[in-house]
Amino acid sequence: MTPVVFLPALPELFLALASLGLLLIGVLAAPERTAKGIPLLGALALAVTLALVIQAPAGRAEAFYGMFVTDGFAVFAEALVLLAAIATLLAGLRFNAWQGIDRFELPVLVLLSVTGMLAMITANDLISFYIGLELQSLPLYVLAAFKRDSARSTEAGLKYFVLSALSSGLLLFGASLLYGFSAGTSYEAIGHALVQPDAMTAIGAVIGLVFLLAGVAFKLSAAPFHMWTPDVYEGSPTSVTAFFAVGPKVAALAVFARLAFGPFSGLAAAWHDVAWLLCVASLVVGGFAAINQTNLKRMMAYSSISHVGFALMGLAAGTEEGLRGMLVYLGVYTFMNLGTFVVLLGLGRDGAIAESLSDLAGLSKTRPGAALALTIFFLSLAGLPPTAGVFAKMFVLLPALHAGMPGLAILGIVMSAVACFYYLRVVKVMYFDEPGLPLDADVASGTQQAIFALAACVVLFLCVIPGPFLSIAGAAAHTLFP
Amino acid sequence: MSSLNYLGEYLPIFVFLVIALAFGVVAIAGSWLAAKQKPDAVKLAAYECGFEAFDDARRKFDVRFYLVSILFIIFDLEVAFLFPWAISLSKIGLYGFWSMMLFLAVLTVGFIYEWKKGALEWE
Repeated sequence: MTPVVFLPALPELFLALASLGLLLIGVLAAPERTAKGIPLLGALALAVTLALVIQAPAGRAEAFYGMFVTDGFAVFAEALVLLAAIATLLAGLRFNAWQGIDRFELPVLVLLSVTGMLAMITANDLISFYIGLELQSLPLYVLAAFKRDSARSTEAGLKYFVLSALSSGLLLFGASLLYGFSAGTSYEAIGHALVQPDAMTAIGAVIGLVFLLAGVAFKLSAAPFHMWTPDVYEGSPTSVTAFFAVGPKVAALAVFARLAFGPFSGLAAAWHDVAWLLCVASLVVGGFAAINQTNLKRMMAYSSISHVGFALMGLAAGTEEGLRGMLVYLGVYTFMNLGTFVVLLGLGRDGAIAESLSDLAGLSKTRPGAALALTIFFLSLAGLPPTAGVFAKMFVLLPALHAGMPGLAILGIVMSAVACFYYLRVVKVMYFDEPGLPLDADVASGTQQAIFALAACVVLFLCVIPGPFLSIAGAAAHTLFP
Repeated sequence: MSSLNYLGEYLPIFVFLVIALAFGVVAIAGSWLAAKQKPDAVKLAAYECGFEAFDDARRKFDVRFYLVSILFIIFDLEVAFLFPWAISLSKIGLYGFWSMMLFLAVLTVGFIYEWKKGALEWE
């Protein structure tokens, strides 16, 4: 028996051990010291993991007898997930204390969930993929319901749990069909069996593929599997929603891409159709449903559905250029979405979160910095120049055109025009409406300001020096095309 | 012939069934013959666990029962996982051995957490 290789999985192993260590420290140390210490230690552990991920030797490396694989593509997706987790932990410090949910379990759960996401991204076998997926989801259910005394938060946790369990069932059914028709759970074995399939295998594997991708689309909150998203985003504490909006989506899209260009490359026609359908449905649902929302968190939920649609457009193109577009889009999406939620984290009134549209009235007078940052993020989300949003949209629309899908590209442009309405409405409320009751001062913190200012700079100046970012995304996309 | 062999493999299970049956009968008959019988309503109920055996299912009950049952299931699964590991230990080598040790270590961390949090205390 060959000795087990585990060095390529060092970042994941470190993070798993760190989260267990933090759990022990949290439960054994004095409670008044853990409220602030554990989130900071957690952010430090995530930062060390990020350094380990980036410092890893370039190129493809397998571990654990082929169950695990790391490559440039995985490094890109992992870095985005880790950045999002660090930012939400730090920005949520003051908010969680203010909401009375600054228990040490919260950062530990975030760390465990990130471990699951990294495991998903680097999975090279259906079994390790599923374990990663569940390790990602279980802490997220608890995090959604973390404000235990709030009916909306527990409702969010329960809804997410029940629907997610259903989608896991669909995913497992698809995985079992794929195993049955290809006689293997590793991505290589499945890919090998699907290169020249006979008629029977082709039909069975397509059904398996559709079920598997439906499960992934649920985690991605792509329409028509998006029903849980608005309720869960609205009910969860905002510090958790900020993480929801980025981490799981990046991980699920990375899995989608790895499956699509790896084991499913023999069934390209089938997954192209799935990606196309998810893309069109998400663009339409996300675009039109957000118009009526007056709750900012619900609006951001629909907005995230429509952004998943755009990212899927790059995937639906099915080319290396399209995959690069998807990665560029994910990178920009991470910064603009995190920035928006970090600004929202600092807004409270009378001890409650200020989450409705009218709460933002006159923000330009009371908090000019936050209003300016929010304007930059919303312009970017709407895809207006000179922000990074327009740049990201271009990189998914062009591959769709080049791949002979002008209809999809036109739909994307039309839907971003629709989206302009509800993003610009927020800007109008902030700048032209009269301020209402004063906002609480004790929710906002310097950390939040630093994070959203940094994100705003990235969103604003990415167009000026896009070279490094583009070449990193391009190299990451290239690793899936040997 | 082969079908007979096939059945023959079930002989140990049959023997086990007979022994189990005999054990049950001997225990009940022994207590019936030797012990004092003082039945009352609670003793005669199917289960002696604090709940009425036949009752409305839509009843409030203490949430602590729920916690105990979750904790029980975790360790129940651990044992269910240990049996196949113990049987195949000679084939899976050191890798298999340390995998399970790691699993047990993770479970121990969880156990320390629940102990310190007071999940095992009733009051």
